[in-house]
Amino acid sequence: MNPLQELTTRLRGLLSPAQVITDRQQLRTYECDGLAQYRVIPGLVVLPHDAAQCAAIVGHCAELGVPFVARGSGTGLSGGALPHAAGVLIVTAQMRSIVEVAAADERAIVEPGVINLDVTKAARPHGYYYAPDPSSQQICSIGGNVAENSGGAHCLKYGFTTNHVTGLELVTPQGELVSLGGRAPDPPGYDLIGAFVGSEGTLGITTQVTVRLTRSPEAVCTVLAGYVGAKEAGNATSAVIAAGVVPAAIEMMDALAIEAAEAAVHCGYPAGAGAVLIVELDGPAAEVDAQFARVEPLLREHGAFEVRVARDEAERALIWKGRKSAFAAVGRISPDYIVQDGVIPRTALPEVLRRIALLSQEHGVRVANVFHAGDGNLHPLVLFDDAVPGAAAHAEEVSAAILDLCIEHGGSITGEHGVGMDKAKHMPLMYTSDDLDTMQLLRCAFDPAGIANPGKVFPTPRLCGEAPGRRKGAHPLQEAGIAEVF
Amino acid sequence: MTVVAPGSTQEAAALLREDARVVQIAGAGTKHDWGTPPSRVDLTVDTKGLIGIVEHVAGDLIVVVRAGTPMAQLQAELARSGQQLALDSPFPQATVGGSVAANTSGPRRLLYGTVRDLLIGITVVRPDGVVARSGGKVVKNVAGYDLGKLFTGSSGTLGLITECAFRLHPLPTASTFLRCQGLSDPARAAALIRSSQLVATAIEVDAPPGGEAEVAVLFEGTPARAEAARALIGGELTDEPPPWWGQYPWQPGGIGLKLTAALSQLDLLLALREKHSVHLRGSLGVGVLYAGLTPAGQAVPGPGSGARPAAIDAGGVGAGGGSVVDVVEQLRAAAHAAGGHAVVLMAPPGSREQIDMWGPVPGLDLMRRVKQQFDPGGRFAPGSFVGGI
Repeated sequence: MNPLQELTTRLRGLLSPAQVITDRQQLRTYECDGLAQYRVIPGLVVLPHDAAQCAAIVGHCAELGVPFVARGSGTGLSGGALPHAAGVLIVTAQMRSIVEVAAADERAIVEPGVINLDVTKAARPHGYYYAPDPSSQQICSIGGNVAENSGGAHCLKYGFTTNHVTGLELVTPQGELVSLGGRAPDPPGYDLIGAFVGSEGTLGITTQVTVRLTRSPEAVCTVLAGYVGAKEAGNATSAVIAAGVVPAAIEMMDALAIEAAEAAVHCGYPAGAGAVLIVELDGPAAEVDAQFARVEPLLREHGAFEVRVARDEAERALIWKGRKSAFAAVGRISPDYIVQDGVIPRTALPEVLRRIALLSQEHGVRVANVFHAGDGNLHPLVLFDDAVPGAAAHAEEVSAAILDLCIEHGGSITGEHGVGMDKAKHMPLMYTSDDLDTMQLLRCAFDPAGIANPGKVFPTPRLCGEAPGRRKGAHPLQEAGIAEVF
Repeated sequence: MTVVAPGSTQEAAALLREDARVVQIAGAGTKHDWGTPPSRVDLTVDTKGLIGIVEHVAGDLIVVVRAGTPMAQLQAELARSGQQLALDSPFPQATVGGSVAANTSGPRRLLYGTVRDLLIGITVVRPDGVVARSGGKVVKNVAGYDLGKLFTGSSGTLGLITECAFRLHPLPTASTFLRCQGLSDPARAAALIRSSQLVATAIEVDAPPGGEAEVAVLFEGTPARAEAARALIGGELTDEPPPWWGQYPWQPGGIGLKLTAALSQLDLLLALREKHSVHLRGSLGVGVLYAGLTPAGQAVPGPGSGARPAAIDAGGVGAGGGSVVDVVEQLRAAAHAAGGHAVVLMAPPGSREQIDMWGPVPGLDLMRRVKQQFDPGGRFAPGSFVGGI
């Protein structure tokens, strides 16, 4: 019996029949996450109901040396939850209780399968919400958000998942159930929560998360400004930031992205706009008024031909609908497209946009630009038609060139979608082999056997050497009484 | 003991590669008496040669700075562009690297967070002399592990921090303090402010043993919110902070603890003041209170009086003269009951040998494995961190 078969037998003894999937047709439904260009049919799928089951599953994986991949809702855009053919896919969708909304502590305690937006829905009656809001927030899970350190349109002001997690219960790749942090801040020792959030499933599986809740703002002011082109919109963005205003969000869409959004959701953006900015201000009503009074003239000075303020929730929702549906909407104007995710310093925005336009012209490949302009997080959508021979490869080339541009300007290869399977090969653009080797020291501390989501994040795995605690003979420093044995 | 002061990351790397001795890192020395001293030190690596700003891009609100740079100097440079690193430093002369390694913070953490929320990139030299970088100089970045967070608060046990990149904030247009004395229930006042729509930058308390507790709230921007807060909890508005603002409530040579609690359980910490005659001060708005223990039989120094108590005898503290060990354990029990922790930041020799400085540390086994990976020879400040790391 091979290790996977042995694991299947053991897990059948541990879980109910409905929790263990081996039927090939059913396995196939898990073959990819939100990045469908990578597909692998998992060897086995299990759906644990609680932390104890999760720990037992991983414990058996560790014993048998079977790789495991954790999956939440499967909305990831970097292939982070791409299954392993000879491994088990551990799906957290059944672990979906909101354990507690502790408004007086400004915390919520949730299981990993809980949907992001449901945390906000549960907290809202108390006057709070969960700030990180990835565009997929209606379906993505908190466990996935923790793994990916998800951001969202409002992280310009409120930060990312990592800034909102104060406690984690997790299963290490050796099958230990460990609880870190809690409702109080600053737990003693190394910040393992900080190290774990954003580790893309390579350090273990989250089984419970304590998140910070944020007071719902008194006032929200959503402004839509139309510009002739992206350059003007980019300059306006810089001017707003330079004025010392920190909006909750500043989003930009260019002509092609607007065209797609209009076709899909009829968002009614200013006619003839070559670019639009969505600027959202939130906070105490008086503060929002004061900020709007500073922001509006800046938007106009830099070329806005129309500035529209949402008068009610419906108008606000419509403005955001155009932005949040942009990725999917591009399907209206192109049969296929690649969603890129790169980051540049905000001041490089006009230059990088110019270079992207140039790339697009040179290669005859259309690029629609949608991005979080406030923090320089670009999401160029590279359009192509897979029916045309070579078109996909060509689009890939343009997409990769855009990443090179980001690095050239001192940015990052990913702002929020993660490295996953897709960008492991690009990591050496950003980091030296020593940098990557050092990151993997952390990996070795958590996962010496390398069974947690192998093949993701790092282009080359590090051999961890001897497992900790299995040292042969005493270390010289230890013999001298200087160091302790752990 | 030898002291070396490398002038660059590369120099530090060469030094650590070639010299296998047991190392302690020193910055400005403002927290040299924190924690337990390493079991052995042969070589002190001083960061005074690693100074200055590498890059400050005002338009991107980021700075890259060398680790030995004094915080005050960094802030002064940034202020010329109307910007700040929104991290309060209890010791203005402290270095950037020391502030990150000790994870110090102050009142404004309520709004801006702590080191972990502001650090966007880090360069370190590993104990084996390998230079490694994580993060970068853009605020939004999820490429690779966030080693900056691992090194934050690691107290020099994982390697030498040589450069840090931070996100910056604009300096506030105005700062208004609401000072509120004689509140019977400071925790309730803090909860009222927190749950209001007033968005305070800081909510602090100073509660000396036997004296009156004072709550002070900072508002940045338009003064209207400070006025509204006064209507809510009373007090007086000033442009200046109270003299105790952002200072630890203990004197040099004293015993100082950091207590944390879930926000709804702050009462449990505040009750310790009378019971154990401790001086409590800190960030009521986030659930962090610092506690200074007063030696038995000594007069309590008034706020800002600068009076320095004699070295604390391990024999007794507080009004009841309970043993230091007992008092620490009772403070720790209260913090645990409140959902938090109690860590002894500093205690004088004679006391610290008897005290459990950290208490139970969840995840300690994982932390030991991390240490083992980064510093397999136990070269960096052995025995000075949690669980004897």
